[in-house]
Amino acid sequence: MWPAAGCDVGAKGRFGTYGGQYVSETLMSALLELEEAYSGIRNNPGFTRELDAYQRDYAGRPTPLTFCENASRELGCRLYLKREDLVHGGSHKLNNTLGQALLARQMGRKRLIAETGAGQHGVAAAIAGAVLGLPVEVYMGEADTQRQALNVFRMELMGATVIPVKSGTRTLKDAINEALRDWVENVQDTHYLIGSVVGPHPYPLMVRDFQSVIGRETREQVQKKEGRLPDAIVACVGGGSNAIGIFHPFLSDDVDLIGVEAAGKGIGTGEHSASLCAGEPGVLHGALSYLLQDRDGQVLPTHSIAAGLDYPGVGPEHAMLRDSTRVEYHTAVDHDVLEAFRFLSRMEGIIPALESAHAVAYVMKNADRFGRGDVVVINLSGRGDKDVAEVAKMQGCA
Amino acid sequence: MGRIAGVFKGRSSTALIGFTVAGDPDKDTCVRIARALIHAGTDILELGVPFSDPVADGPTIQRAGDRALAAGTTPDTVFAIVRDVRGHSDVPIVLLTYFNTVFRRGIEKFYRDACAAGVDGILIADMPVEESGEVLVAAKKNAIDQILLVARTTSDERLRTIAANAGGFLYLVSVLGVTGARSGVPQAAFDLVRRAKAVTDLPVALGFGISTPDQVASCAAHGADGVIVGSAIVDLVEQNLKDHAMMLHRLEGYIASLRAALQEPSGER
Repeated sequence: MWPAAGCDVGAKGRFGTYGGQYVSETLMSALLELEEAYSGIRNNPGFTRELDAYQRDYAGRPTPLTFCENASRELGCRLYLKREDLVHGGSHKLNNTLGQALLARQMGRKRLIAETGAGQHGVAAAIAGAVLGLPVEVYMGEADTQRQALNVFRMELMGATVIPVKSGTRTLKDAINEALRDWVENVQDTHYLIGSVVGPHPYPLMVRDFQSVIGRETREQVQKKEGRLPDAIVACVGGGSNAIGIFHPFLSDDVDLIGVEAAGKGIGTGEHSASLCAGEPGVLHGALSYLLQDRDGQVLPTHSIAAGLDYPGVGPEHAMLRDSTRVEYHTAVDHDVLEAFRFLSRMEGIIPALESAHAVAYVMKNADRFGRGDVVVINLSGRGDKDVAEVAKMQGCA
Repeated sequence: MGRIAGVFKGRSSTALIGFTVAGDPDKDTCVRIARALIHAGTDILELGVPFSDPVADGPTIQRAGDRALAAGTTPDTVFAIVRDVRGHSDVPIVLLTYFNTVFRRGIEKFYRDACAAGVDGILIADMPVEESGEVLVAAKKNAIDQILLVARTTSDERLRTIAANAGGFLYLVSVLGVTGARSGVPQAAFDLVRRAKAVTDLPVALGFGISTPDQVASCAAHGADGVIVGSAIVDLVEQNLKDHAMMLHRLEGYIASLRAALQEPSGER
């Protein structure tokens, strides 16, 4: 079931020179235990069967690959959307939380903690905790609890406890800091359910494996519909889990892989979250990767219209793929993202998450790049219902 | 023999290691704080290098780091503070930092600059022994003791590996959790002292959550060669930000009370 070949993780959890385990000694025993437990289930048919059943009967996989007739005409290519917005909970995040929660239960952990930015991972963690019978506590930046109040309510409905984080910039980065502090305190009975391909080894590997179901399905579906592989695959990149999930099964193919980071108000303004395009190597949250930082290594505040991309780091595998140039990384500014949000809603009746709208914005701005017959797949990582109130407010409608 | 080894060599009482955040609340006041701590009987001075994302620290030290950063503290400021303190004292100075600060400056350059400023030891909060290869080389080259952490969750096998690579003293983390004063020192911390002593000749020091004279005395009674006090010192700094004379006075009084608790002969020993 898991991708066997391609760029796999090397010694000591490294992707090239990136990754690693930069954590306090107290957490090392938990990471080593997790590493061992994960390698035990990675190719275990029993575990795979159980996870597959949850993905199929509970999460609603496989998700469709939707041909966008109207947008294709408008943009001059053959545009498909991989519909992760239709996964139960409204985003690709459940692919990972079901996998990790099943593993945590098998390891005898009594409690799950998670961080969340937009709230999508928090919601997915709450769902997995509810269905698998594990209590969940979600750390969420105070600024994000306000931007995403509806998701806070959803998490609480499903029995999770949401803890607003008041330290630092009060966004995703600080939520991860607090979750790590909680984990150090409760390391003996708690599993830290990280929501992206970030953090110390084995998280970037494990989360990528759980998310690769997106790319495996896409491969099969596009071959059925087009009789060939796509010319390009486009996905937004914050921490980078939806992107690596759809890219990974295509790494060895002749397919353009394009990651789109949040340029916020513009790279030149400093108010953005484009770690790969504007950052430099550094260590945050347990891994060496690209990082937005000042000359002394202090992590810089970030901005994105999409709370889920508002993060100064990025998964270490993306750092490796950037350096090797196997994946291209570009950016989209808030303004173009809003335009893409409206475009897809109007053209296709599909409201994208603001995060996913970054990928749509890239294709719209670079429509010249693709020919009429080119098959382009956008990973529509989440639905935009959570963003509707915020966008309405920006338009002065609420 | 290095300055750190010199502190532990042949002493009968437990060493007092005092921590403050470099640059908190500003450079000059920090130098005065450091000198007050030393004057009142601190055997080893530990300076925290402020970092934007201190995941191993509780709220007290997080706030101190924020104050230091707001005052414009950079690694250059930290080295300037070390030089200033070193100009007046031979007390060993240990830097406690997060790895990105070291990595960003360049590992070799960070250690070279630290050595030139008069630093004796460096401890990196988010660097387990597995990732320490390069820093161990830089430490050795620049005659700096690489201080490594041991936690209650550390297995005996890891403990041996850590001890084999550590310099100066072993820093035993007494709690599961982040820095910050707590009501008592758990028995598991004393068990860790015993486990560590069974596998190493390095001095062992207990830190995290230790603040009162009674607590340091009980660490001493359980065989700790050193005891590290941090958040309680930083608390006193924070409580007296408006009156620096009072701040220094209270810090000296506090250190003296710990010193006295360590000097008293202990019946349990």
